[in-house]
Amino acid sequence: MEALNNIEALNQALDQMMEKDEKIVIYGEDAGFEGGVFRATKGLQAKYGKDRCFDSPLTEAGIIGSGIGMAINGMKPVLEIQFQGFLFPGLNQLLVHGARYRNRSRGRFTVPMVVRMPYGGGIRALEHHSESIEAMLAHTPGLKVVIPSNPYDTKGLMISAIKDPDPVVFLEPKRIYRAFKQEVPMEIYEVPIGKARILKEGNDITVVGWGAMIPEIQLAVKDLEEEGISVEIIDLRTISPIDKEAIENSVKKTGRFLVVHEAVKSFGVGAELISIVNEKAFLHLECPPTRLTGYDVTIPLAKGEGHFMINPEKIKSKVKELINY
Amino acid sequence: MIFENHNPLEGKVFQILDKTGKIVNEEYYKDIDRDLLLKMYRCMVLSRIQDEWALKFQRQGRMLTFAPTLGQEGLQVASMAACRDDDWLVPAFRSNAAWLYKGLPMKNIFLYWCGNEMGSKIPDHINMLPIVVPIGSQFNHATGIGMSFRYTKEDKVVVTYIGDGGTSEGEFYEGINFAGVVNAPVIFIIQNNQFAISTGVESQTKAKTLAQKGIAAGIPSIKVDGNDIFAMYFATKEAVENARSGNGPSLIEAVTYRQGPHTTADDPTIYRSEEKHLDGMSKDPIIRTKNFLIERGILTEKDEKTIREECKKTVFEEFEKAEQENITPLEDIFKYTYEEMTENLKEQYEEAKKWGGN
Repeated sequence: MEALNNIEALNQALDQMMEKDEKIVIYGEDAGFEGGVFRATKGLQAKYGKDRCFDSPLTEAGIIGSGIGMAINGMKPVLEIQFQGFLFPGLNQLLVHGARYRNRSRGRFTVPMVVRMPYGGGIRALEHHSESIEAMLAHTPGLKVVIPSNPYDTKGLMISAIKDPDPVVFLEPKRIYRAFKQEVPMEIYEVPIGKARILKEGNDITVVGWGAMIPEIQLAVKDLEEEGISVEIIDLRTISPIDKEAIENSVKKTGRFLVVHEAVKSFGVGAELISIVNEKAFLHLECPPTRLTGYDVTIPLAKGEGHFMINPEKIKSKVKELINY
Repeated sequence: MIFENHNPLEGKVFQILDKTGKIVNEEYYKDIDRDLLLKMYRCMVLSRIQDEWALKFQRQGRMLTFAPTLGQEGLQVASMAACRDDDWLVPAFRSNAAWLYKGLPMKNIFLYWCGNEMGSKIPDHINMLPIVVPIGSQFNHATGIGMSFRYTKEDKVVVTYIGDGGTSEGEFYEGINFAGVVNAPVIFIIQNNQFAISTGVESQTKAKTLAQKGIAAGIPSIKVDGNDIFAMYFATKEAVENARSGNGPSLIEAVTYRQGPHTTADDPTIYRSEEKHLDGMSKDPIIRTKNFLIERGILTEKDEKTIREECKKTVFEEFEKAEQENITPLEDIFKYTYEEMTENLKEQYEEAKKWGGN
């Protein structure tokens, strides 16, 4: 075991998998020599050479599109999109081709690639650096969408993503890249894609979140427990495919459901989870399943970001509202 | 004739003023009105001093991440000066000197980099789009604005910028190709500052010049010493006149050097060799222009000192204004989403009021 933060855990996963599997090739803007602007790929070019870890031209469509070609011919590209906000020029390749080649070719051609990118707000960043677009990606059949919230999961989920036979979008909550350390096993291990984690058991209400929302939820729950409210926290970990069973079982026990996400409200993952709760656990509900989310606005620049972000105060207030419904 | 005589496929680079401030290409040198020259010079210095102080304000925690224009002032000021005031500017994000020349209040620029969208509210009388962060997409916007003149019967042109890295994006090609097809009056300017964050031009393309990419689109293209205000001014002027007379777009690769980091979140010492840095610094556009102006008696050391002092005063005044106005009221994050707030947003706005924010 070793104490690592999220970015170190990610780097270790990439390093260990590259060592093990020669088919892994890593590239993206500044991902080679500099090791990425967040240093996720730091040291990999020095260790594995320029053929296996390199700076691509500035071309998101090129990165994802060529990754598709690489993967089709048996390689395992692990691609970096520098910020989620830069994904959009590559979205055509990802949604229209990456997600479809398996289906289009009736299983002949597959695209086992990983596309990594930092996402989310709270770091006082520039335009297009703070959005959370997991819903947009999860809405596309053929993609898997994964979001870790801690170093252990970051390493384990990245290893699973690399081993996965389908395209996996690996969204990294950049706000917590270096926020805390956790003991992480030195060896290669997997955290399964598609399985949520019960982070804390409780009886009065289920609160579901992912990514950078998890520490906010934990802070809120600490206070709520002191006030005698028993909260079950679920870290969803994978947005698509979603772990319906974990949600169902938890809500059947607690009777109350709150989903917290920093992405905008409408047509989001919150709506999807509430539908699952309604379908699977309707008769167990003590109050309407509810979402606490960002507003339906363009994410403000830093000076207005505080108006937008989810914080423990908002979470506590919403939980109490549901408990007292 | 400048474009015709400097085919980038023949490896030609257009230069008039060398790095010491001497005229080296008399054939193309013409006098520029003294007041215009001083205006250009003053704007370069103003942008430089703004950047230098902004870096300090950022380190003091009074500004957020920003992208300095340090070193690229010459090409921006000269290309703006070659246009009319009512022509359009479609900037890339590293365009400080061009914004200033075009008349954008410095306060706006400071507000933007302090994380306040009000900085992007361009005054109505300035034909300019706000800063956008995505790379390369502005080329198509510029093409569209140029296309619209055919319908609005305006005889304006559009100048747009991109970085060397941006020329690897699909929309770079789409924009120049489309403009060529429809003969849109657009001047596409590549600010080749040698780096896209840490990635050098040599890792960006196998093409010998970036200018030659314009040849493929069938539009007049040229590689220019971007730190030479005369070369930039006269090349842009020819392109502007060509566009205004209905002959369509041109492309200029302006070779320059990014003296500072990509943004304040970047550390260029990791990827930039000392040798390359010294070479880049030796081609500074402001120093060579100053040498020229002093040698010709257009500027004295005393004037120079006065200009610097005035510029510094402006920077401090504008930054103070920005700091005083740097508040984002809650309503601001809702009210520009649509022309009218939808019922859904009104509901969310009411809910948000409960929290106050910040």
